[in-house]
Amino acid sequence: MSQDTQQVAQEAAYEPLRIRERFRPWSWVSTALILVVMAVLLQALLTNPNFQWDVVAKYFLSSSILKGLVHTLELTALSMLIGVSLGTLLAVMRGSRNTALSGASSAYIWFFRGTPLLVQLIFWYNLSSLYPSLVLGIPFTGIDFGSVVTNTVISPYTAALLGLGLNQAAYTAEIVRAGILSVPHGQLDAAASFGMTRGLTLRRVVLPQAMRVIIPPVGNETIGMLKTTSVVSVLAMPELLYSAQIIYARTYEIIPMLIVASLWYLLVTTVLTLIQMQIEKKYAVRGPAAEDGTFKQFVRRAWRTHASRTGTSLAKANMTGARP
Amino acid sequence: MTAPASPLSPTRATTTPMVVARGVHKSFGKTPVLRGLDLDVDAGEVVCLLGSSGSGKTTFLRCINHLEKINAGRITVAGEIVGYREAGNHLVELSEKEVARQRAGMAMVFQQFNLFPHRTVLQNLIEAPVLVKHEPKAEATERAVSMLSRVGLAGKEKAYPGQLSGGQQQRVAIARALTMRPKLMLFDEPTSALDPELVGEVLDVMRGLAESGMTMIVVTHEMAFARDVADRVVVMDGGTIVEQGAPSTVFDNPQHARTRAFLRKMG
Repeated sequence: MSQDTQQVAQEAAYEPLRIRERFRPWSWVSTALILVVMAVLLQALLTNPNFQWDVVAKYFLSSSILKGLVHTLELTALSMLIGVSLGTLLAVMRGSRNTALSGASSAYIWFFRGTPLLVQLIFWYNLSSLYPSLVLGIPFTGIDFGSVVTNTVISPYTAALLGLGLNQAAYTAEIVRAGILSVPHGQLDAAASFGMTRGLTLRRVVLPQAMRVIIPPVGNETIGMLKTTSVVSVLAMPELLYSAQIIYARTYEIIPMLIVASLWYLLVTTVLTLIQMQIEKKYAVRGPAAEDGTFKQFVRRAWRTHASRTGTSLAKANMTGARP
Repeated sequence: MTAPASPLSPTRATTTPMVVARGVHKSFGKTPVLRGLDLDVDAGEVVCLLGSSGSGKTTFLRCINHLEKINAGRITVAGEIVGYREAGNHLVELSEKEVARQRAGMAMVFQQFNLFPHRTVLQNLIEAPVLVKHEPKAEATERAVSMLSRVGLAGKEKAYPGQLSGGQQQRVAIARALTMRPKLMLFDEPTSALDPELVGEVLDVMRGLAESGMTMIVVTHEMAFARDVADRVVVMDGGTIVEQGAPSTVFDNPQHARTRAFLRKMG
């Protein structure tokens, strides 16, 4: 009898109770403060006639701006292509046992990281003053297959590509090298023990694993490159910013034209960020259970923890296996 | 030098040498690790290398498949000098491709498993057969599936290594080694990184392999395993072999003082 009542009392004590979130006054105060500041900023932005939003709207999709945007995108894509492929080659060379190869790679990185990009760009553009013509032939033999006048090869566009791409390669090389170094040595042992050659090991084992470390900074560099391309306006190359500058040199609508360019930079950066997230997902290492380490999963887990804390869907959160 | 025929498996009385090591020297910088090591391992024999850490067991194992280059002496596997060819009275290092070909004939299982974390279990198993031995993918897959069930992991083809327990990962690593159809298997402390309760499942797989007649050289601290499964135990100390023989002889009647000290330490 007494045992029974004890059991009933125990069961009553273990009846599942919902957890209610503690009242957090400061979180409400800070939220309110942020909202007020945002409202003030938005009002200052929209009601000030000096921003000339009508001019922004007028030029946002104008053909010269769009042409400039295409040039910017082209330059970004091509110089990153040069940067990443040459950078990977340099990183592999740097890790070589051959001192000549690793030394050449170090020297390249030292030089292109050590001089300003602006100087490099102007240097490439003025290559003809050093070498008026470029010759293809066998060195030291006097045998030439043909030559071209430097200025026919070096346009503002090629000078921009050379300057941006070769400079980027030096930075990307260090990123790729860090990625390669992040792969545990045991992976190389395992690959070697199965009779994989070093090249095969690099392609199939090392680089795919290095990607996880390489992609975030390369994504960062790509977004950086998007805006660095504006530097080539010194070569009178009509990319996005220079196209805006051409317009305001004529109309004196400096602020609205800078806003037009900035809005496009922001838009493209957003798109690039989304692409980067997708690529990161592809190379994420599958962890225990259903975790795959992606950003989306991180958000989902954060939401589950939040949901279980606020008690909005406690049962569901438990069923999907929310972890503490 | 040759092992006494094991009482456990009288069929292994044949004495075709699989591994012959003669006067093997190896140093890391100025630190000598192996000092003139001689060892013969017959085809089908299971040899356990014992010894305290720093005695050179793992280094010797890595010299057998040329993961470490020896400084003097020679190691032959199935009659071929590992990593070098004779030219007059010199040994010249083989090209990378030739070393790779030699390695493809033996397999190694590592302390840290070293599975490829970015590939599924199945991809781990078919990677080397397809890329190194150029086997058709379907054939490699078929054998990979049967190897997985042999190590008790049927149905895990699509899992990623990170989703498996340590014991399961090491069994996948053994299956991966087997897909290369090795004539010799090298085990480098295969259970040292495992939680105690997971050691048994890996040792069971290795016991099965030994019974199937695989030539195995096992660096281990599992004394019970060595006693049960090994045809011969080899005790190393300071880069040389101090004692070897049938497990019962070495464990129950050790001749060398350093063997006795080592066995006392291992309990």
